[in-house]
Amino acid sequence: MSSDKKLHPGINIQHTDPKAHLEAEPIMFGFWIFLMSDLVLFTLLLATYGAMSVHGIAGGPTPGQITDLTSAGIETALLLASSFTFALASIALKYDDNQRALKRWLIVTELLGAAFIGMEIKDFVTLAGKGQVPQVSGFLSAHYALLGTHMLHVASAIVWMVMIWPQMKVPRLKKLVRLRIMRLALFWHMLDVVWVAIVTFVFLFGAST
Amino acid sequence: MSDKRDLPRSEDESRSRELRDSVIGLGGAVVLTVIAFVLAIFQPWGRSALLLGLGGLALLQIGWHFRYFLHIDLDSSHRDDLQLVLFTGLIVLLMVAGTIWILFNQFMRMG
Repeated sequence: MSSDKKLHPGINIQHTDPKAHLEAEPIMFGFWIFLMSDLVLFTLLLATYGAMSVHGIAGGPTPGQITDLTSAGIETALLLASSFTFALASIALKYDDNQRALKRWLIVTELLGAAFIGMEIKDFVTLAGKGQVPQVSGFLSAHYALLGTHMLHVASAIVWMVMIWPQMKVPRLKKLVRLRIMRLALFWHMLDVVWVAIVTFVFLFGAST
Repeated sequence: MSDKRDLPRSEDESRSRELRDSVIGLGGAVVLTVIAFVLAIFQPWGRSALLLGLGGLALLQIGWHFRYFLHIDLDSSHRDDLQLVLFTGLIVLLMVAGTIWILFNQFMRMG
């Protein structure tokens, strides 16, 4: 098989690391299957949210009453910026032989992700402080479940990134680590896609009622 | 550039192409997000037209992210992945429509 062509979507490392490139195809495809099943989980949480935000109020707050567009806007900006910095990290992974640029962009991505999680925790604390906890109504349960699941995903991606860190120091693992970072990139970009859906159907729809 | 190894010329071109793709991805996503937020804040249309517009913008932006950040396109070597994504899209459509249908139907029966 020629290693000169693209074997999977995204950044292919055929010229800079032909050996790892050939191993990448089944690994990346397998990871795509995981990503898509994860996407099904999120859309079902969204569908539940959609139904609950109309009929699950149960005397509690409506979506319009708990929507904070400023906070949602800041969170969107943070996550979108982090998606871009991870794209820059992927390019550094492919083309730069030393890992300085890669490490720099990964740190920026991690910090942006951590800031995003911080904002979400602040939102949850504010909401719970007003007595609007998941037990109040089906709508609030769906709200916490959807946003909490997304937040856990972002948190686990950050843990993943931190665990990549010591592995990058071991030259023997170089090929493996490259493939791991390529999968992490897909995971991170997919979480941004999910956030686009969340921000539209939770926050923007909530503000429009 | 001094820390770069000697790469063939085409390599430099593909680097700048991949960089350009990422910048286009970011730019388009920012524009679409800003339009959606402005619509939600100023609410220029009636409610149902607004929700329809916001939903359309979200679909557009999701497609944009898939193209420029996840690099799903019509290239023949990506067909497997494209088919996987499209099949998942079909499953998602069925599950979301089914969930909403059944839950709303249940609500009407209880009401």
